[in-house]
Amino acid sequence: MLPSFSVLKKNLKNNVDSLKVIKIAILADTASQLVTQAIKGYGIENKVNFEIFEADYNQIDHQIFDPTSELYKFAPDFLIILKSTEHLTKHFYTLDRDKKENFAATQIEYIDVLYQTISQKLNCYILITNFIELNDSVFGNYASKVVSSFSYQIKRLNLNLMDYCQNRNKVYIIDVDSQITQLGYQQTFDPKMYFIADMVFNIDFLPYLAKNIYDIILAISGSFKKCIILDLDNTLWGGIIGDDGIDGIEIGNLGNGKIFSELQLWVKQLKQRGIIIAICSKNTEEIALEPFKTHPEMVLRLEDIAIFVANWKNKADNIRFIQTVLNIGMDSMVFIDDNPFERELVKKEIPEITVPSLPEDTAEYLIFLKSLNLFETASFTLDDEYRTVKYQKEAERSFLQNSFANMDDFLANLEMVSEVKPFLGFNIPRVSQLSQRSNQFNLRTIRYSEQELIEISTDSNYYTFSFSLVDKYGDNGLIAFVILNKIDESTLFIENWVMSCRVLKRGMEIFTLDYVVSNAKLNGFNKIVAEYIPTKKNTLVKEHYSSLGFELLPNNQYVLDLNIYKLGTQNFITRI
Amino acid sequence: MDKKEILIKINEIFKNILDNKALTIYENTIASDVEDWDSLNHIQIIVAIEKTFKIRFTTKEIHHFKNVGELLVAIESKLA
Repeated sequence: MLPSFSVLKKNLKNNVDSLKVIKIAILADTASQLVTQAIKGYGIENKVNFEIFEADYNQIDHQIFDPTSELYKFAPDFLIILKSTEHLTKHFYTLDRDKKENFAATQIEYIDVLYQTISQKLNCYILITNFIELNDSVFGNYASKVVSSFSYQIKRLNLNLMDYCQNRNKVYIIDVDSQITQLGYQQTFDPKMYFIADMVFNIDFLPYLAKNIYDIILAISGSFKKCIILDLDNTLWGGIIGDDGIDGIEIGNLGNGKIFSELQLWVKQLKQRGIIIAICSKNTEEIALEPFKTHPEMVLRLEDIAIFVANWKNKADNIRFIQTVLNIGMDSMVFIDDNPFERELVKKEIPEITVPSLPEDTAEYLIFLKSLNLFETASFTLDDEYRTVKYQKEAERSFLQNSFANMDDFLANLEMVSEVKPFLGFNIPRVSQLSQRSNQFNLRTIRYSEQELIEISTDSNYYTFSFSLVDKYGDNGLIAFVILNKIDESTLFIENWVMSCRVLKRGMEIFTLDYVVSNAKLNGFNKIVAEYIPTKKNTLVKEHYSSLGFELLPNNQYVLDLNIYKLGTQNFITRI
Repeated sequence: MDKKEILIKINEIFKNILDNKALTIYENTIASDVEDWDSLNHIQIIVAIEKTFKIRFTTKEIHHFKNVGELLVAIESKLA
């Protein structure tokens, strides 16, 4: 449920100092004060401080065409232009038939002039409302056949507006028309408010409009959903597969099966547009997989699912596992489950994830989910699809891992190749980034700036190694580095060892140490000393050195005798 | 519901919309007596009253309320 306007208005009193600031300007041809309050309040509700410049009433042209206007002084990140269908209608009615027939085209020309003028002075995103496609009852239904009718022109204008935006990547449409179709014009327009105060949206609609604008701004700012995690029993099909069996679950023509078939069709559309589909179900895996493999009426198939988790573990843990495999933020995931207990547990354990409170009636699931506009996006490009493929490959790796009972077989099958390089100009930025970002696999948690790394790389007392890793599913890039410091003629100290967690448990640690040891031996060293400095986040590598055969000394210090260390205990990774 | 009860409910609405807990309005209160009771808040107050009492005012009525008392009379007659 959206917060009411009065809740949003109360938010305006909250302290916003700690919130992320986004500057927006609002220009409207109607009274926009309440819209502004709603947007501001909705932002605060969601931890964003919209710093807003709201132009005075009906100043769209003035603010845009006057080069010294407040708009240009304010220099917003986002410019929101609210043009009302009501005022456009009034204007349309004053025109003669010729002009009416060209109305949509003329309006687009006008919008283009606005756009050109703005672009000369500002490099901001422009969000503009489209128009409500309501029949004005002048021609009735016959308006569809009359080019000079308002109904005809307004539909054409919306279409032309979409065409206009195609190649202008900073112009976005606020699809008010669709929102009003969903809620009904009689619910969103209050004639009293319009005639008394020139407000075209009633108070109850304001939170919806604010959310919609917020969604677009956040998506453009890089915050959007990438993955939908779905439960199975009574979510993707009716009934319980473990109890009802493959012939008893409701999907397709059985029982309420249509509900679930249509939900699956929609989910499949999401998948095709680049949303990652994951399954998280309390079930025996084999049984849960069966409908995807053999049920003739299932819409979703295994190839649509990036990662399939069915077991009896706690769902929050399983979601964390999914998140690790996909390596995306928790706040970019949505979890769909019919069971309020599971939803609450996940919400409590993982506050960042979005967990819609589904309606009780399964028939309402789809219309409810659609109404939330969970999957707003600011782009749809080939790059996106490529990124999806990348995620799917990441998941495939873990599938493969599950399918091999023996870990060694799995690793041998990955066809891993690693390239080892000392620190050089081209890899230093990435090494620095890895040192800044890695918290878990980071033995001494030293952060290096690029400048420091350049100095280290030219200092003869240091030995530096960076490692990249490619496997049959793709290039992981530079994923690890080791910096060794010469203590004396026979001893090296591991100043830091860092690795990306994405490549954990692949034998990369042994490969790394093998390479470091053989290199040290070549240079006449016979001992490597190391240290683990514990932090809140690096308990993962607490046993790192002991598991590799280092001898524990007091104070988390370790030593490795290079004459005893046995090279080549694993051969999953080939060096190039 | 008598005028007294209506006035109590209306007071809540005014406090809420104008965000002023200390505010009290009476039958003879007029808009200029109350800080922030401007046209923008007026429309919100009207909408909130309509919702609370499940009634509808006409545009003409809204334009002609001279004080809170007249508003009360209108509400009372619509509830009757």
